[in-house]
Amino acid sequence: MKQPLLAFNDKGIYCAQADVYLDPWRPVNNAIISHGHSDHSRWGHNNYITHHTNVPIITHRLGAINVTGKNWGETFTINGVTFSLHPAGHIIGSAQIRVEYKGEVWVFTGDYKTEDDGISVPYEVVKCNTFITENTFGLPAFKWLPQAEVMDDVNNWWAQNRAEGKASVLFGYTLGKAQRLLKYLDPNIGKIYTHGAVENMTQVLRQFVDFPETERVTSETKKENFPGSIILAPPSAHGSTWIRKMAPYVTGSASGWMAFRGARRRRAIDKGFVMSDHCDWQGLLESINATGAEKIICTHGYSDIFSAYLREQGYDARTEKTQYEGDEGEVETKADAETDEQV
Amino acid sequence: MKNFSQLIKALDSSNKTSVKVDALTEYFRNANDADRVWTIAILSHRRPPRPVNTTLLRMWATELANIPLWLFEESYHIVGDLAETIALVIPTTKNQSDKSLTEFVEEMISLKKKPDDEKREYLHSNWLALNYYERFVFTKLITGSFRIGVSQKLMTRALSKATGVDEDILAYKLMGDWDPKTISFQSLVIDERSEDAYSKPFPFYLAYGLEGEPEALGDVSHWSAEHKWDGIRSQTIIRNGHLYVWSRGEELVTDKYPEFEKLLGIIPDGTVIDGEILPWIEGNVGSFNDLQTRIGRKTVSAALLKKTPVIIKAYDVLEWQGEDIRQKPYIERRQILEQLYKSIKEFELPIQLSERITFDSWDDAMHEKAKSRELRSEGLMFKRLDSPYLVGRKKGDWWKWKLEPFSIDAVLTYAMRGSGRRATLFTDYTFALWQTNDDGTKELVTFAKAYSGLTDAEFRMVDDYIKKNTLDRFGPVRSVTPKLVFEIGFEGIAFSGRHKSGVATRFPRILRWRHDKKIDEANSIDDLKDLIPK
Repeated sequence: MKQPLLAFNDKGIYCAQADVYLDPWRPVNNAIISHGHSDHSRWGHNNYITHHTNVPIITHRLGAINVTGKNWGETFTINGVTFSLHPAGHIIGSAQIRVEYKGEVWVFTGDYKTEDDGISVPYEVVKCNTFITENTFGLPAFKWLPQAEVMDDVNNWWAQNRAEGKASVLFGYTLGKAQRLLKYLDPNIGKIYTHGAVENMTQVLRQFVDFPETERVTSETKKENFPGSIILAPPSAHGSTWIRKMAPYVTGSASGWMAFRGARRRRAIDKGFVMSDHCDWQGLLESINATGAEKIICTHGYSDIFSAYLREQGYDARTEKTQYEGDEGEVETKADAETDEQV
Repeated sequence: MKNFSQLIKALDSSNKTSVKVDALTEYFRNANDADRVWTIAILSHRRPPRPVNTTLLRMWATELANIPLWLFEESYHIVGDLAETIALVIPTTKNQSDKSLTEFVEEMISLKKKPDDEKREYLHSNWLALNYYERFVFTKLITGSFRIGVSQKLMTRALSKATGVDEDILAYKLMGDWDPKTISFQSLVIDERSEDAYSKPFPFYLAYGLEGEPEALGDVSHWSAEHKWDGIRSQTIIRNGHLYVWSRGEELVTDKYPEFEKLLGIIPDGTVIDGEILPWIEGNVGSFNDLQTRIGRKTVSAALLKKTPVIIKAYDVLEWQGEDIRQKPYIERRQILEQLYKSIKEFELPIQLSERITFDSWDDAMHEKAKSRELRSEGLMFKRLDSPYLVGRKKGDWWKWKLEPFSIDAVLTYAMRGSGRRATLFTDYTFALWQTNDDGTKELVTFAKAYSGLTDAEFRMVDDYIKKNTLDRFGPVRSVTPKLVFEIGFEGIAFSGRHKSGVATRFPRILRWRHDKKIDEANSIDDLKDLIPK
C-alpha cells in the first residue's frame, strides 16, 4: 500500500519522505511549526522551521532554539517534497503548511480563522487534495459576529465600568487574543494596563503592529490608578491574588466559548464577549469547500461530529487524534501564566 | 419583551446576589402591572402550560437552521439547554420586538389549542424576528423554567424593595393559588390583608460546629444535649387559626407539607415551634434522600404523601400564648414545649419531641453520639441550659458535634472544569466504584461527584493528569483513563432508584488522594451498599 504523504504517529504529523514533522508534540529532529501557541510549538526539537514573524514569538517562549524563518509562499524542498507556508489568520505569524510531493498536495491548517482581524495576515485559501483542518468550534451553535461589533461592545463595557468607578479586567490568552483586543481598545476611554505575561508578549509583537500604549502592572502600580482603567490579563489571573488590588473591578472574557451561557457562568465571569481566533461553523465549511480538497482530516475540537457531518455532505472525511488542545483561551502553560501559583 | 429580556440577561450575567436584586428591583419599579404579575409568576414557576412539545420544537428549529436533526441533538448535548441551542443554531438578526411580555405569554396560551401548522408558523416567524437573546428568552418561555439562580426569596426581596411591602408579608402573599391570567398586581402585591402579618417567622438561631472534643465546653451540668436531625430546619407558626411553615432558607413551605394542617385546632393559637422536618417511614426516621422526594414538589400527590410522610421533630418553642419567649432560658422554653407535647400526644399528630439526652459525663455523650448513624441523625447538639434564642449563627451557647463522615476509595473517571478561581483547572470530578456483572466482568460505575478536598497543588497535578489522559470529550466534560484513586467522604447514604449505582450519597467530598492504591484496589458498589444503615 502506498504510504500517505502525511501520517499521524505518536510524535506528531509525520512526512516520512522528507523526515519532517508538522507541529510535533514530542521532541523530533525536524519540525515545521504552524504558529506560536504552546500546543503547536513545543520545546525540544533539533530544528524549527516557521514563518519569520513567528520566530521572535517562539524564541521568546522557548529560548535558544535552532530556528529558520520563511516568507509567505516561499518554497523549500526536502528530499523531493516541497513545503511552503501560507497565512492562516489565527494569530500573528500563524501559517498553514502546504506539502507537495509528485503533484499531490496536502495542507495542514494549524489553527485558523477566516475573518481578517487586522493584525494577522488574513487567511488565504490554498487549493489541495487533502485538507487537515482543526474543528475547535465545529458545531452549528457557533456563529461569530463581525469583530468591529464585538469591539464596540468591549469599549462600551469599559466606558460603562469607568462611569461606575470600576476597573475592567479583560481576559484573553497571552499570545493573540490579548493583542487583538489591545489593537481595538479605545485609548480615549482610559488607561490600558497589562499583566506581565501579556506585556512581555506584546513587547515582542510591537515590531509588527502599531498597538496603543500599555503599562505593565507591577507591585509599584498605585491602587488608585485602576478605577476607570482596563487591565488585559491571561485567563489564569482570574481569581488570583494579583487581581485583588484592582477592586472594585468587573471581569470580562473574550473567547469563542463565551457563546455558551454555561461556559461563562462556570468560570464566574461577569461579562462574556464572543470573539474567537478560530473559524466558526460557516467559516469551517466555506474554507473546506474553497480548498477543493477531496479528503478532509479533522484534528482537534468537535472532530467526530464535524467529520460525520462532512461525510453526510459527501466528503471523504475522517478524524485523527492529535495532542492539540484546541481549548481556546484555556491553553495556559506555565510560561503563559506568570500567576500560575495562584490559579 | 425587551425589558424582560434585559432583565433575564442581567440576572444571567452575574453571580452576585446584590446585582441580581438590583436588576430585579429596577425592573419591578418600571415594568407595567401585567408584565410584573407575569414576571412574578414565571420566576415562581407558574409559567403557562407548554404550548408545543419539545419533539416538534426540535424538528422545527432544525428546519430553520438547515441542519440534520442528529447534529442538532449533538449540539444540544454540548450546549446543555434546549432553548439556548435553538437560539444559537437559528440564523440571527438584530431585530427586537415591541410586543410586551404579557402579549407574548397570551399568544403562547392561545397557541396551545392551535393546529400544528399554525404553531410552526408562529415559532418560525418569531424565531426569525427576534435577536439572539430575545429568541433565547422567547424559547425559554415555551420550554420551561428559567434557571438563572433567582430563588423565590431573592425575587421577593427585590419586589419588597421596589414596592415597600414587607418581605415576609410578600412571601406569604405570593404563596398558594393565584392565577396570573386574572389577578391584578394591586391585589397580588399591594393590597393589605389583616391575615398577612400573622405569617411572619422569627429569624433562626444557628449553632457553630464544635472543633475538637466537647470537654472544652466545661461542666456537663450546664448543658442539654439532643440528636442533630438531618432534615429541613423549620419554624411552624400557628396564629389566628392559620398554619404557616417556614424553612431555614426563610421560604414559606406550608403547601409542600399538607400533613401539618392537622396541628390546627389542637396546638393553640399563638404558638411558634422550632423543629426539623423529617421523613417518617414506617415508624422510623427516613433518609434525607426520602425527604428529597418531597422538597422539590410544589404540589404533593396522595400517593407521595402515603409513601413519604413527614413529621416535625420539635426542638424549641419561640412564641407561646401569643408572647415572644425567645429571651427566656432554653430550659424554661423546653419545659413549655414538653408540657405542650404531653397535652397533644394522644392526638397522634405528625409532631414529635426531639428528646433530650440524659448524660452525666462527656463520655456518656460520646456513647450517645455513636448511636447517631443508627438513629439517622448527624450527631449531637449541645445547648446551654440558660441560653436565650438568638438570631443567626452565634458562638457560645449552641454547638453541633457532627459525626465523622463515611468513606470509600473510588476511581476518578470524569472531570469538568471548576468555577471561579479554579476555572482554568479540571477540579469537578466524578468517581466510580467497581461492579461485577452477571457474566463475571467488572466495570466502573459512577457513584458520586465531588469538587473539594484537595490542595491547590494536588488539583494542579490531577488537572495535568486529566489533560494528558483524556479519552473523550462531552462538551465541558472529559472522560479520563481510570488510574487515580481517592478516598471519598460523605455524610449520608441511602438506596436510590435515580442513581446508576443504586445509591445516593450526601455531601460527597475528597478526603485524600490514595497514591498508594491502584484502581483494582478501589472499593465496589457492594462495599458502598454495606454502609447503608439497615
